[in-house]
Amino acid sequence: MDYFLQQLLNALAFGAEYSLVALGLAVVFSIMGLVNFAHGEIIAVSAYTVLFAVALGLQSPLLAILLAVVAAGVVAIAFERVAFRPVRNAPVTTGLLTAFGVSIVVQNLFVLFVSPKPQAVSILNGINQIWFVGPLAISALQVMELVVAAVTIVALVLFLNKSTLGLAMRAASRDFATVRLMGVKANRVIAAAFAISGTLAGIAAVFIIARRGSVTPDMGFSLVLKAFVACVIGGFGSLAGAAAGGMLLGFIEVGLLVALPQEYGGLRDTFTYLLIIALLVYRPEGLLGRKVELGDKEI
Amino acid sequence: MLTIEGLRVSYGAITAVRDVSLSVGEGELVALLGPNGAGKTSTIAAVSGLVPAQAGRILFNGEDVTRVQAEDRIRRGLTVTPEGRRVFANLTVGENLRLGAAIRRDPRGVADDLERFLELFPVLRERYAQPAGTLSGGEQQMLAISRSLMSRPKMLLLDEPSLGLAPQIVARIFDFIGGLKREGLTLLVVEQNAEQALRFADRAYVMSSGTLRYSGPPGDLLDDHGLLKLYIGG
Repeated sequence: MDYFLQQLLNALAFGAEYSLVALGLAVVFSIMGLVNFAHGEIIAVSAYTVLFAVALGLQSPLLAILLAVVAAGVVAIAFERVAFRPVRNAPVTTGLLTAFGVSIVVQNLFVLFVSPKPQAVSILNGINQIWFVGPLAISALQVMELVVAAVTIVALVLFLNKSTLGLAMRAASRDFATVRLMGVKANRVIAAAFAISGTLAGIAAVFIIARRGSVTPDMGFSLVLKAFVACVIGGFGSLAGAAAGGMLLGFIEVGLLVALPQEYGGLRDTFTYLLIIALLVYRPEGLLGRKVELGDKEI
Repeated sequence: MLTIEGLRVSYGAITAVRDVSLSVGEGELVALLGPNGAGKTSTIAAVSGLVPAQAGRILFNGEDVTRVQAEDRIRRGLTVTPEGRRVFANLTVGENLRLGAAIRRDPRGVADDLERFLELFPVLRERYAQPAGTLSGGEQQMLAISRSLMSRPKMLLLDEPSLGLAPQIVARIFDFIGGLKREGLTLLVVEQNAEQALRFADRAYVMSSGTLRYSGPPGDLLDDHGLLKLYIGG
């Protein structure tokens, strides 16, 4: 029972992290049709900002958390201004290549000017404790990650349903031109999408730093691949799908870890992707995606 | 209020609108008629700012808005109800109306206007919390026009409000448009349905193959069946 609860919490925490990062990808994709593969570098920039701040004398973990989240939001907006805005009206592949370009440049900046090796960041290690509840040993980090992800998603849903800018973002995911006719500035909608996407990445970054206690230049990249998979499972462009897909991916991974015999442990990813392929054969549009007829696309 | 001078709109090598000049005075309802593919919607797209004008000028209230962004034209009081209604299908009826008032900063006035349109079109009140995509074509058109009016425009451009609607619904929508004119709103109505569009029109223009072919009082068009047939095929 103890083991089962522990693995359940594992799955929920992994799922929450994938959901946060996948939502960041989906928010930008739903509006711009851009898969931002530089999303992982937003996480990296956030983490390195904390590293630099600590080197400069930052001691308060609370400030470090705030800094990580704000830095991620700011750098996401900066990526949009510098890299993505000039290619906004270019073909989709141009945006995709631009995103890979940003990703490679940022990773290599950290390799060149910091180090390719992991750098220790221990300021958030305090979050990573064990709580003892009766006979159970619970990871405080995982519980917090789950709670924070849930609160963040609720806040995002409220924003998208209640604020005018949120309404405009939802409308723009289907018909950007008509949103502009309402007087909502395209730049504002897109900047908001990147700011939200970056903030979500920054929240994820806090938990990643706390868990790993170190930062590396490529720390965000593999996570974004996972988040991409989560988006595909959930249905690309659907925010609810991204959140659900992230959670499902967490459950598949942890479930396989539990179910697979020890000697097949290395095949976990193989089985994960086999399951996902099976799902996509059954539902090509993903769990919550919309069917889009490519032959009848509105211009 | 609106003056278009020598407008040209091209998509790549194809020119959709060639040297079109027209004007709409304050409080006027002007009909812009013509068959499918005449360049009417391209003219509206250039006036709304979604498509650039390759040549010519667009003046609104004496100000040259040719290079003004689409988002900023509505702030000057120039609002467009696009062809095909383009309601936000994934938003509720209420959210559509609220987004129509996105440029306004007077929450009380917005609430009053919202109440007015729900009073005027009870079906919008019934369907207030439903996605706009579930409305019928006529209901969507009522929503689209109400959404445009939520910005309190000085001038409204309506692109094919009759498109794909049953005749009695079309008549109802044009009754409403006639009412807007009586309230003093300036209107430019683009239509294929000449008979309905001319009911309340002060003046009319006829376009065909990207150029203006006729401009004058609507009476002449209605009397002279040959002229209407020639350009509109009705």
